[in-house]
Amino acid sequence: MKKRNLMSLLALGLISGATLAACGSSDSDTSSDSAAKSSTSDDKFSVVMVTDVGGVDDKSFNQSAWEGMQAWGEENNKEEGTEGFKYLQSNEDSEFVTNLNSAVQAKFDLVFGIGYKLKEAMTDVSGQNEDQHFVIIDDMIESPNVASVLFKDHEAAFLAGVAAAESTESGQIGFIGGQESDVISRFEAGFVAGVKEIKPEIDVKVEYVGSFGDAARGKQLAAAMYSSGIDIIYQAAGDSGNGVFSEAKDLMNADDSKKLWVIGVDRDQNDEGKFDTGNLTLASTLKGVGAAVKDISNEALAGNFAGGEVVNYGLAEGGVDLTDGNLTDEVKEKVAEYKQKVIDGEIEVPQKP
Amino acid sequence: MNNKSKLDNILVPVFSVILGLLLGALIMLVFGYNPVAGYQAMVQGAFGSSFYIGETLRQATPLIFTALGFSVAYTAGFFNIGVAGQALLGWLFSVWFALSFPEIPGIILLFISLIVGALAGALWAGIAGFLRAYFNTSEVIVTIMLNYTALYTANYLIRNVLSESSDTTARIPEGASLRWAWLSDLTSNSTLHGGIFLALIMAVVVWIFMKKTTAGFEIRAVGLNPFASKYAGMSTKRNIIISMLISGSLAGLGGAMEGMGTFQNIFVQGGIPSIGFDGIAVALLGLGNPVGILFSALLFGALKIGGNSMPLVADVPTEVVDIVIASIIFFVGANYLIRMVVDKRAKLNKGGVK
Repeated sequence: MKKRNLMSLLALGLISGATLAACGSSDSDTSSDSAAKSSTSDDKFSVVMVTDVGGVDDKSFNQSAWEGMQAWGEENNKEEGTEGFKYLQSNEDSEFVTNLNSAVQAKFDLVFGIGYKLKEAMTDVSGQNEDQHFVIIDDMIESPNVASVLFKDHEAAFLAGVAAAESTESGQIGFIGGQESDVISRFEAGFVAGVKEIKPEIDVKVEYVGSFGDAARGKQLAAAMYSSGIDIIYQAAGDSGNGVFSEAKDLMNADDSKKLWVIGVDRDQNDEGKFDTGNLTLASTLKGVGAAVKDISNEALAGNFAGGEVVNYGLAEGGVDLTDGNLTDEVKEKVAEYKQKVIDGEIEVPQKP
Repeated sequence: MNNKSKLDNILVPVFSVILGLLLGALIMLVFGYNPVAGYQAMVQGAFGSSFYIGETLRQATPLIFTALGFSVAYTAGFFNIGVAGQALLGWLFSVWFALSFPEIPGIILLFISLIVGALAGALWAGIAGFLRAYFNTSEVIVTIMLNYTALYTANYLIRNVLSESSDTTARIPEGASLRWAWLSDLTSNSTLHGGIFLALIMAVVVWIFMKKTTAGFEIRAVGLNPFASKYAGMSTKRNIIISMLISGSLAGLGGAMEGMGTFQNIFVQGGIPSIGFDGIAVALLGLGNPVGILFSALLFGALKIGGNSMPLVADVPTEVVDIVIASIIFFVGANYLIRMVVDKRAKLNKGGVK
C-alpha cells in the first residue's frame, strides 16, 4: 500500500545519491589535476575584481574594469582563473563582504573593489586582513593596504555638456543618473555646468533611476524625456543606461526624421548606439577604469603596490576624456578648446550640483 | 495514520529539494559545466570553512524572521506578500533610532532599536490587516502596493533625513551592534552576528505561541475555518489584525537584523529587499512549521552563499548559478505538485491492494 510508495521514493533518493557520490569521486581526480597544474606554474601573481551590482556585462563601468583586467592578463600571459585573473559578481549589497572574503581566501594577491558601493565592506575586510592588498575604485579608504583610485568625472561630464549644448536642435537636454550618490552627482554637476557654459538659458532636466541595474526604468525615463522634446540625453547609470539606448533606438528605428542622441558613459559606447540607419551615440565620456586597473596590477606585479595612496585621474592625467563619436567638426573644435581650458585650470568644474 | 502524514510532511520538502538539485544539475550539464564540481563548490562555499558557515548562518538569520512572520499570517489564512516592505521599514527605523540616541548605553539601545524595528513592521502590516478586517480589501494587493510605498519612502528618508543627500547613513553606535567580536573571531571574520540566537529563540516562541496559547489557537482556528470560529464566538476581525501585527513585527525584526547586524547602517535600495520574498519561499518550504523554517532558511542561506563560490571554484558563470538556484526554488514552490503526486499514488496503491 502506502509502504510501496514510500519505498519507491526512498529508492529514488538512494539512486540519485549514489550517482552524485560516484560523480563526486571522479571530480576529486580533476581537482587534484588542477592542483598539480598550479604547482608547475612559477609566477603566481593573481588579481581579482569584485563588481558592484551592475555585473561585468553592463557595457559601462564594471565592463571597462573587466576589460582592463583582461588586457592585463593578456599582457602578462595570465589565464582567467584563480591563478591569473577573475571577477566575482555581486548581485546584492549583502554579497560584497562575502565576495571580498572569498577573494582573500582564494589567495589572490590583489583585490579590486569596483565602485564606491563596496567602500564599507572593503573597509571592514581590509582591516581584518592587513597583509592583503586591496584597491578601491571611485572612493577613498585610508589604510596602508588599500590603494584608492578617484576619477574627476565632472571634468569629462563638463565636456559632454559642452558637446550637448553645441549639438542640440530642440534646445532641451536631459541627464539620467543611476543612483544618487557623490560619484553620480559629480557627473550631473559637470554636465550641467558644461551646458550652462555654452547656453546658460538651457535648463537640464535631471532624473535618477534609483539603481544601476534597472534598464527597464532607464527606458521609461528616457521615453518620458524624449517625448517632452529633449533630443540629447547624457546617461550615467551603468546597466540602467542601456535602457536609455534601447528607447532611443526604438524611436529612431520608427522615425529617424527627428534626430535623437544619447551620450554614453565610462567607456566608448559607440556600438550601443547603432540603429537601422545610423548611429545615435553623440559621444561618450571615458573613464579610464580599465587603464587604472591595468596600471595598478602591473605596478603591484612589479612589487610597487601603491598602498595607502590616493590616485587621482582627471583630464590632465588622461584618466577621463570625451570621445569624438558623431560630433561635427565644429563641435569637436569647441570641445577641444574647453578641454584645454579645464586642463590649464582656467575653468574650475564644480563637483556638486 | 497520523505518523504517516508526518513522514509525508518531511518527505515532500526533501523530495522537492532533491528534484530541484537534479534539475539544476541538468541545466549545468546542458550549458556544458560539470554539475558535480559545481555542487561541490557550492557545498564547500557554504560549509567549507568556519567563515562560510558563519556567512551561511548570517544569510539565514533574517530569513528565519521573515519566514516566521509570513507563516503566522499564513496560518490565519492571509498571504502577507508585504513582509519585504515590513522588513525594510523595520530595518530603517531600527537604524534610525540607534543613530538618533547614541547616548543610550549599548545593550539597552540595541534592545529598544529592535523593538522599534518590530513596531515599524507591525504598524505597516497592521494597515493591511485593518483594511482587510473592516473593509474586506485583498491583503495581497494592499501589501504589494505597501512594498513599493515602503521602498520609496525609505529611500527618500535615507537621502534627505538620515543623511545629507548621500546614499548611505552613518554606522550605528558600536555598542548597539549585534556583531559580537567573539562570533566574528569564531568564524574568521564573517559577518555572523548575534541575531542568529534571537532567531532561534523567536522560532521557539512562535511555536509555543501558535501551539500552546489560546490566542495562537484562535489564529489557527480562523485560518482553518473563519465561519466556524466566528460561530464559536471568536472575533475574526480581531484575529485578522492580531495575526498581521505579529507577522509584521517578525518581518520588521528580520529587517532590523540587517540594520543592527549585517550592515550596521541602511543605504538607498535599488529594489525591494530580497529577504522578504525569500522568506516567503522559506516559510512555504518549511510548511509553516518553525522547525521546518529553521532548516529551510539554512538551505536558502547555503544556496545563496555557496552559489557565490561556484564561479570562483567551478567556473560556473553567475547567470547559470542563478538559474540553478531558481530551479531549486521552483521545485520548492511546486511542492504542492509533488504532494499531489504522492497522495494520488498512495490512493491508487490502496485501491489496487484491496
